Amino acid sequence: MTTPQDNHAEAQAAAPMVSVRDLRVTFSGGGKTIRAVNGVSLDVAPGEALALIGESGSGKSVTLRALMRLHPPRRTRMEGAIHIDGADVMALDARALQRLRGGTVAMVFQEPLLALDPVYTVGQQIIECIRTHASVSASEARQRALRALESVRIPSPERRLAAYPHEMSGGMRQRAMIALALSASPKVLLADEPTTALDATVQIQVLILLRELQRELGLSIVFVTHDIGAAVEIADRVAVMYGGRIVEEGPIRTLLRAARHPYTIALLQSRQHGMDRGQRLQTIAGSPPDLAALPPGCTFAPRCPHARPACLAQVPATTDLGQGHRVSCILASEPAVAEAAA
Amino acid sequence: MTDTTLPEALRNPDVGGPAQPLVIARDLVKHFPLKSKIPGRRAGVVRAVDGVGFEVRKGETLGVVGESGCGKSTTARLLMQLIEQDSGELIFDAQGVGSAQLPMKRFRSQVQMVFQDSYSSLNPRLTIEESIAFTARVHGIGAAEASARARALLDRVGLEPARFAGRYPHELSGGQRQRVNIARALVLRPRLVILDEAVSALDKSVEAQVLNLLLELKAEFDLTYVFISHDLNVIRYLCDRVMVMYLGKVVEVGDTETLYANPAHPYTRALLASMPATDPDHRTLVAPLAGDPPNPINPPSGCSFHPRCAMAEAVCARRAPALSDALAGHPVACLMAHADGGHSRQLAATT
Repeated sequence: MTTPQDNHAEAQAAAPMVSVRDLRVTFSGGGKTIRAVNGVSLDVAPGEALALIGESGSGKSVTLRALMRLHPPRRTRMEGAIHIDGADVMALDARALQRLRGGTVAMVFQEPLLALDPVYTVGQQIIECIRTHASVSASEARQRALRALESVRIPSPERRLAAYPHEMSGGMRQRAMIALALSASPKVLLADEPTTALDATVQIQVLILLRELQRELGLSIVFVTHDIGAAVEIADRVAVMYGGRIVEEGPIRTLLRAARHPYTIALLQSRQHGMDRGQRLQTIAGSPPDLAALPPGCTFAPRCPHARPACLAQVPATTDLGQGHRVSCILASEPAVAEAAA
Repeated sequence: MTDTTLPEALRNPDVGGPAQPLVIARDLVKHFPLKSKIPGRRAGVVRAVDGVGFEVRKGETLGVVGESGCGKSTTARLLMQLIEQDSGELIFDAQGVGSAQLPMKRFRSQVQMVFQDSYSSLNPRLTIEESIAFTARVHGIGAAEASARARALLDRVGLEPARFAGRYPHELSGGQRQRVNIARALVLRPRLVILDEAVSALDKSVEAQVLNLLLELKAEFDLTYVFISHDLNVIRYLCDRVMVMYLGKVVEVGDTETLYANPAHPYTRALLASMPATDPDHRTLVAPLAGDPPNPINPPSGCSFHPRCAMAEAVCARRAPALSDALAGHPVACLMAHADGGHSRQLAATT
């Protein structure tokens, strides 16, 4: 086990924008202990888009929120190391944390109507964010807010500054929230299912916008989704989460074409894409694990068609397959079995 | 298929024969009035469903797609007669719904619905066995018989009665609850099941399990499905025919293969082109449509799609196109499909 200091030194060498080592997040309350994240390590390079894919309860959103320490401190235990743009997030005091949130890292949520304040105009909210993070005059802040709305391609941005969230359509609100997130020029954008609540024709507009902004501004993006299609549109790399762990990660092309973990393979096969009508879909039996009573060993083992006694004994080690493709499965170290699995 | 173990009043034999569509909907209209802030003054209406006509053939799965506000859920509720249409007519197997031949209760025993939210569609104070049996008892099946039917159906949808029958909805996962809703929908041996976004809230791996179950049940119980979804991949996988709706109107209907291979209406084309890429080397570079779907309170004049349509001409703002049969068996509501539509282009008949 390496110390956080070692990890930090290692992270600095490769200079990732976001570096997470062995993150564990546990919630307690109601007599239960929920182990939502169980040892997640990941790196995001400057200007890189990483998609965290998983089903509900896989720990993807909890991981994302942990990056900004958004979980209520009284009920949450966080362990491990998080470094963003060189700052040790776990060690930040309240004021430094406030500067980090919105200043270095900003978040876009799934439901803009809940995330935006209904009693302030969009302009007021963006200006407040700008003036919190930079000492500028009110008129300068307004100019920047206008530029933020322009940058997300909102038509007639001047008028939209004075609009309340409920006066906008769903797609427009999501653009406004992206503008708000980007208004203080963060280096990292965290997006939690930002297109899930949107209609198909609007979803693709927002995905394309995020991709363009990433390129123009050199943003690092961590994008949480359950939709492989959205990840294909936006991600450079993908990390697949299950039961609070990353079970497989790699470049998007590698994962789509040469996935090795049985869960990733099953997830790809459960898509209807390219299936003949009425042909039975490949399914994974059972349902996702109960985070209050995780099985020892591999969390996927109870549902895995290739599980063997060793899988239940201990958490599988991560095998590096080269080119950033890593998989946590004992099959990966035995190519013959893995081939049969694919 | 008639279940002879059901009481006489609940046996619903085929009336019109295989060629008779199971449902014919003619020109259904449903407008919801808006409440005005000033009492006594009308504030306008939401044109949720604005003249929708279609057929559901016996034994098919008809898909209904469209974006929010297009009227697909209102259409489902009209089809189920959960709400009454302002005008228009619904014919179920050659009998008018609500007529002397087919009174409402008899109609309702033949049509069932599964909703998106698996939790709110179950009574939290009833065990799942009681929930399923309740439906049967309402229609006059005795308590013991109703329970037996409920347990048999739970078993059929993959929930072992010994373990699950006594559980309450909150003790089940989303996928399990949706299986209960499906079991409940089948207890009266309906002929038509309306699935309104029934798998949309489920995780992908669970969704696949439920889709497989729906396919099995359809064959086993001789069902006809109306499957409403915004997920174009699921629709393509499950449906024989697809109906595309936009702002309370049907814009295109066709066989799934034809529609996906040769979408004719500009909206259908844009909708299909909006599906996320499956290959990172061929990402979508330009969004097929700009902006959001407009508000059904104040739909645009003429063809309601014209403000977003790449092919729109001046005439589109003036004339509302009817469904045209210019493309054989593939009705399209676009002026380009009408020879006398006044549009400078014509849709080519590709089949």
